[in-house]
Amino acid sequence: MVRRIDRDQQRFDKIIKGKVRQQLRKYINHGEMIGRKGRETVSIPVPNIEIPHFQHGEKGSGGVGQGEGEVGQPIGRGKSDGDGQGQAGNEKGQHIREVELTLDELADMLGEALELPRIEPKGDDALTSKKDRYTSIRPTGPDSLRHFKRTYKRALRRMIATNNYDPKDPMIVPTKDDERFRSWKTVTEPHTNAAVIYMMDVSGSMTDVQKEIVRTEAFWIDTWLKSQYDGIERRYIVHDAVAHEVDEDTFYRVRESGGTRISSAYRAADHIIQRDFPPSLWNIYCFQFSDGDNWGEDNSECIENLKQNLFPVCNLFCYGQVRSPYGSGDFIKELRKVEEEFDNLILSEIEDKEGIYGSIKTFLGTGK
Amino acid sequence: MVVTTHRPLPKELSDIQQEMEQHALDYGLDFFKTIFEVLDYEELSMFAAYGGFPIRYPHWRFGAQYDELMKGYSYGLQKIYEMVINTDPCYAYLLSANDITDQKLVIAHVYGHCDFFKNNAWFSQTNRKMLDQMANHATRVNRHIDNHGYETVETFIDTCLSLESLIDPYAPHIRRTHKAESKADTKRRIAEDAESTGGRFPAKNYMDRYINPEDALEEEANQKRQKAIELSDQLKFPKERVRDVLFFLLQYAPLEDWQRDILTIIRDEAYYFAPQGQTKIMNEGWASFWHSTIMTRHGLTDEGLINYADHHSGTMATSPNRLNPYKLGIELLKDIEERWNKGQFGPEYDNCTDMYEREHWDKDLGLGREKIFEVRRIHNDITFIDTFLTPEFCFKHRMFSFAYNDSNKTYEIQSREFQQIKQQLLNSLSNHGRPVIYVQDANYKNRGELYLEHEYMGIELKLDYAQDTLANLHSIWKRPVNIGTVVDDRPTILSYDGKKHSTNSKEKQ
Repeated sequence: MVRRIDRDQQRFDKIIKGKVRQQLRKYINHGEMIGRKGRETVSIPVPNIEIPHFQHGEKGSGGVGQGEGEVGQPIGRGKSDGDGQGQAGNEKGQHIREVELTLDELADMLGEALELPRIEPKGDDALTSKKDRYTSIRPTGPDSLRHFKRTYKRALRRMIATNNYDPKDPMIVPTKDDERFRSWKTVTEPHTNAAVIYMMDVSGSMTDVQKEIVRTEAFWIDTWLKSQYDGIERRYIVHDAVAHEVDEDTFYRVRESGGTRISSAYRAADHIIQRDFPPSLWNIYCFQFSDGDNWGEDNSECIENLKQNLFPVCNLFCYGQVRSPYGSGDFIKELRKVEEEFDNLILSEIEDKEGIYGSIKTFLGTGK
Repeated sequence: MVVTTHRPLPKELSDIQQEMEQHALDYGLDFFKTIFEVLDYEELSMFAAYGGFPIRYPHWRFGAQYDELMKGYSYGLQKIYEMVINTDPCYAYLLSANDITDQKLVIAHVYGHCDFFKNNAWFSQTNRKMLDQMANHATRVNRHIDNHGYETVETFIDTCLSLESLIDPYAPHIRRTHKAESKADTKRRIAEDAESTGGRFPAKNYMDRYINPEDALEEEANQKRQKAIELSDQLKFPKERVRDVLFFLLQYAPLEDWQRDILTIIRDEAYYFAPQGQTKIMNEGWASFWHSTIMTRHGLTDEGLINYADHHSGTMATSPNRLNPYKLGIELLKDIEERWNKGQFGPEYDNCTDMYEREHWDKDLGLGREKIFEVRRIHNDITFIDTFLTPEFCFKHRMFSFAYNDSNKTYEIQSREFQQIKQQLLNSLSNHGRPVIYVQDANYKNRGELYLEHEYMGIELKLDYAQDTLANLHSIWKRPVNIGTVVDDRPTILSYDGKKHSTNSKEKQ
């Protein structure tokens, strides 16, 4: 039985998801607001949606309480934990509500908000998988697949046609000829996979603020790519003067110090691709985040490396330069010099958290 | 119509119910027939989300409420033990997970509520057949949804709900004897005046200046002008400010029929729930008084004692920044009972200044029980506090008033003085702690704009909410809307013309 409350609850759910949709930009910019993150879902805190009334604010408000304390002693901070006025403390304080969204829903919202084109994977029939689908009917088969309704209908038709059907005694006896069975077809489905390689500069000039920006941006990129491919594989590289392949958790937490040699990361990326992701079978994405501070002589080696190894095999090579108070921010200038030549090279400068939104659009807006 | 789940009460509980009912009757409680049902938490939350009614019109806020109740329960933050609705017969819902001591307590508590609903004067005008009425409302709203679409109707309900508190909580108790002059009457009167000849008698030309002397005419014209001015004052619309803003809108706002119907429904339901807001402290206090009286004297078994004590003290818990209506209510009732038993009232007691004598004052009058029954019959929370809160009581219960300190955004203890506490309590109870708002002028600036007046009593409006509410009001009035209030200690008019908000404040006086 459908309960009344289910309809009201579903309606509420829709409204509250609409609220997230409306404010997606805010959620993107403040990635830390995304609360619990499960395998399939995320919980996003949204302020309770309320119907506005003429009601009292804080100014001039007060109430009556009970307990110990001197005059002048604070008993609660603003609306959030105490509720000053109202019906003798009967009204509720502000609530924050968590709304649970599947990552697909979130990706849809992102795609809509940023007007992202769907990605057209390269080598569309590079990988296929076989699947059985029950789509047709045939006259023979095992009993377990007998289609009762079809069988019954054929029997009824036959009996009416042969004038054996008596509505007052509606007995139907199917014969072997009436029997129908469900049947499958094996279909091949294109199966597209993507490999995503994240590279981050963890040298001394990258602070926690920069890393938070990287983390937020990587979350949204992941969400989008996941929705576009049947499966994605991710690899993480951190580097200062040398590069290391690390797991996801370490990627976000590690902090090194010392100089920077970006080419080390490129070599590591190339190594991973060679090892795990043959470019003919995989859609490869590289996202690199740095404050743009590189050891000067390394720059030419970087460009060389990109041209030789990475540009030819990547769907996209995205470089996001996060502004840092310590970095020089020069590296992007080197890349700009070759930007024209390679249309899979995407550059974005991220000033601060507010810049994440635009940066994601730049990276993913290509539809590649 | 499915009103209940029609599940008979299990034998164990129906025995308890009969026992508790008998105790309640023995103590002189007087209630409508009360039907108990046992529900699981999901069902109870569902009923609670609908304000106790199994059938309400569809709206997302019930879903929101349900969601919150279920989450609060699953996180262990809150639990509803019971629910009663004010109808005849009364329906009460018990939580199936309650243990037997809890059920006893709750049933005794429920009889307190039922007695209160039946006998308290503020409930005398409520519709005791509200179950039917609510179901009827649901049918009407569903019909409008069929005709106009879900979203359209939902949006309009949101708008109406935004204004739902703009009723006159005293209106059901006022019998208005004189009828205001109707619009048609006014029109006719003006028309008659206009037809008159301006005081000039018919006369032949050559006789005119004798029959209609110039200065007499002048005088008459003056009088007429004076009268017209007076008349236009009478035409001021509405003539007197109107507290029941919703009723005013129903009468005069350009609404479609279905919209008018929905606004009527929202207003009816607001009036139904109003007395519960006006008597929260008394009602909960009264029910708690009776569950504790019945339980401690009759209901408790050895094994139930701890559980009872735990539950009862949980209900009575206080915290510094919120007043527990259960606790305040029961303690005040106990205090009244004791004072009237001992004769601690009347001029002789009031004029006694000897502290020792006051404290040991006992004339053994035994009038307490009678007194509290009288109190439950005639008072609401405001008159209850106004009449019975004493300095001794405030001192004994360590009461204080607190106030918002704008400079450090904190609530601070303001005073432990009796007068201050009492005043603060009364303030926060008046109009259920909501701002009092009137329709002041429906032809503001002579342009058909609506002008509401917020009766400022020291607490300012929450501005963002006020603006959103004005926008909703505009969507009903369809002309610019304004509200006079006080912002940053200055008289201010907030306006919304359908496109933008504006704030006009006068200079500080």
